[in-house]
Amino acid sequence: MPAVTETRETVEKLAKSSYEWGFETDIEMDIAPKGLNEDTVRLISQRKGEPQWMLDWRLKAFRAWLEMEEPTWAHIHYPPIDYQDAHYFAQPKKKPGPKSLEEVDPELLRTYAKLGIPLHEQALLAGVEGAEERLPIAVDAVFDSVSVATTFRKTLAEAGVIFCPISDAIREHPELVQKYLGTVVPVADNFFGALNSAVFTDGSFVYIPEGVRCPMELSTYFRINARNTGQFERTLIIAEDRATVSYLEGCTAPQRDENQLHAAVVELIAMEDASIKYSTVQNWYPGDDEGRGGIYNFVTKRGICRGARSKISWTQVETGSAITWKYPSCVLAGEGSVGEFYSVAVTNNHQQADTGTKMIHLAPNTRSTIIAKTISAGKSDSTYRGLVRMQPKARNARNFTQCDSLLIGDQCGAHTVPYIESRNMTARVEHEATTSKISEDELFYCRSRGLSEEDAVGLIVNGFCREVLKELPMEFAVEAQKLLQISLEGSVG
Amino acid sequence: MSDFLKIQGLQARIDADGTPKDILKGLDLEVPKGEIHAIMGPNGSGKSTLSYVLAGRDDYEVTGGSATFKGQDLLALDPEERAALGLFLAFQSPVELPGVNNANFLRTAVNAVRRARGEAELDAVAFLKAVRAETKHLSMSDDMLKRAVNVGFSGGEKKRNEVLQMRLLQPSFAILDETDSGLDIDALRIVAEGVNSLRSPNFSALVITHHQRLLDYIVPDRVHVMAHGRIIHSGGPDIAKTLEKQGYTQFLEAAA
Ligand SMILES: Nc1ncnc2c1ncn2[C@@H]1O[C@H](COP(=O)(O)OP(=O)(O)O)[C@@H](O)[C@H]1O
Ligand SMILES: [Mg+2]
Repeated sequence: MPAVTETRETVEKLAKSSYEWGFETDIEMDIAPKGLNEDTVRLISQRKGEPQWMLDWRLKAFRAWLEMEEPTWAHIHYPPIDYQDAHYFAQPKKKPGPKSLEEVDPELLRTYAKLGIPLHEQALLAGVEGAEERLPIAVDAVFDSVSVATTFRKTLAEAGVIFCPISDAIREHPELVQKYLGTVVPVADNFFGALNSAVFTDGSFVYIPEGVRCPMELSTYFRINARNTGQFERTLIIAEDRATVSYLEGCTAPQRDENQLHAAVVELIAMEDASIKYSTVQNWYPGDDEGRGGIYNFVTKRGICRGARSKISWTQVETGSAITWKYPSCVLAGEGSVGEFYSVAVTNNHQQADTGTKMIHLAPNTRSTIIAKTISAGKSDSTYRGLVRMQPKARNARNFTQCDSLLIGDQCGAHTVPYIESRNMTARVEHEATTSKISEDELFYCRSRGLSEEDAVGLIVNGFCREVLKELPMEFAVEAQKLLQISLEGSVG
Repeated sequence: MSDFLKIQGLQARIDADGTPKDILKGLDLEVPKGEIHAIMGPNGSGKSTLSYVLAGRDDYEVTGGSATFKGQDLLALDPEERAALGLFLAFQSPVELPGVNNANFLRTAVNAVRRARGEAELDAVAFLKAVRAETKHLSMSDDMLKRAVNVGFSGGEKKRNEVLQMRLLQPSFAILDETDSGLDIDALRIVAEGVNSLRSPNFSALVITHHQRLLDYIVPDRVHVMAHGRIIHSGGPDIAKTLEKQGYTQFLEAAA
């Protein structure tokens, strides 16, 4: 048996035993001590059974991170994060969670009920201790039921598509990972990206070979062991010439996690005539009404259109997290390539979001479209931050940007910060921005037709977001609509 | 049942840029079950205000009087509760809802009202069948169902969309606020037919209009003349003809 597999099986066995006898036994085996230093990085790499090059890569990232400063330019405020006061390796992650559903924020449970999630899954999502042993039908049992997963993998394999956890890819497809990892988001790209590069433990790897149209939408729902989205996710998607793929990330059910800090990195690579569509519904726990306990979400997402006429499209619906810091970007390097960004960001109560995109036009005839819808309610604060850069060679490049903000109530804020840099005379950049409030007229009109105030707000907000929601795959769009409405509950009146 | 809709001494004001402005100044009106009444009156006499106050718009402050509907204190209810109870207002200026698909809006409204009335909700197929039958009656194109509510609709299309909503929501009391304004004669006939076919011992309506013309098609049981926030005269359908010929002056003078 190869050493890597053996290590992996050992780790898995240990993981299982900690579930069976409670998390306190064998705990040292599963959780690295608090703190972050080179030893932590080495431990992670070793536990994952990684080759030397991967460890070297991580160490390089870690050393770069040590030299970097946490960015402060975003329009968000939070107490300083103590990076030494966290565990960076835990398998399975087991820290004292709520003992029963009674200890869970009742708001969260109410939301689950509205989304129609059965009780046992509610317990699981809320991270109730022991929920998994006591309640055998877990989320992954529903979505990853053996038959579904098997058919699913068979279909993909027949098409030549690789879709697996990134840790598996590092062991099983090292040549691909080594060739592409960090080529879009280099290890020292930014503070949170570097941190992720040093310590990531979860994530997906997708490879679509030349000429293949991926036969199904790839969803993190279906990734085995994807129940706990990791704290530091790393995703790498490669579409070779003429390949096409649509990838769905996230889950509409609000997800709780004992880790407050989340820093994911996603890299997309599209070769000639390839197309990647990446859709996200992000609904991390936003904290209670006062904003306590919510997730901090610092994400680096970037795609490169390397080949001519390739296309990368980001669609996101962001309703969760206490803090969101996220700018999915496109580097348009292939002639005539296309970048798209469709976004809905909702903030309520004390949530803060600073999100937007970057479109970097390097090649002639490249085109980009940005449609950003920002909805703020309660005492929340939301910023759209977008950069469009036309490099000297971007002849006849085009960008169209539309930013619309909708305010609900008068204690929230919305800001639009566009940066436009054009170094080519023939390039065109168009920018439109609007700010509006839900009018009394609209609300009264709906209510006089029998709609409750909340249904009316939901309908109006979904109307406001229509251009973005229609970009989502069908089922996702329906769930996202419900989610938008739930996120804004209690924000009017 | 004579007190189907009963309004007594109703007073309402609006905050006009900081200064309160009294608009309804002690209005009395009764519309019995099964009857259609018309209100006519000069511009600015408070007809739309009356319809908004009855439908529950909360930027109008009710400062006196009462309004009961089916024996309930109408003024204590939320707009959606009034809709569930059977009240419907066809707006003088229907509101645009950008991005909100008209069919989806209609279905959400119909099901909200059905739920509140303890009736079963309509599924997509049943709803579409119901709505198609109505649009055909009103000579509306299916295209209007796919567009955003009232956005880019012509004046006439907006009014027809109001009548469509009325028919789908099956109210027992409809207020039509100048639904005839801006309609050509064919559209007027279609709209009037939409109201007339609802006529039954269980349906009442209050038709607000400037024009005798509409009352040729929807023949009212009674006509009320409104001025300065009050009903100043009530009578049979003939008053409308007098008004058309002689204007409001004689009524205003008589009331003064
Ligand atoms: N929102 C408002 N702000 C200020 N004045 C108003 C407002 N709504 C109505 N009014 C005034 O109240 C009076 C009655 O208006 P309205 O009810 O629309 O009359 P009608 O429908 O009979 O023409 C008018 O003088 C109008 O200008
Ligand atoms: Mg009027």
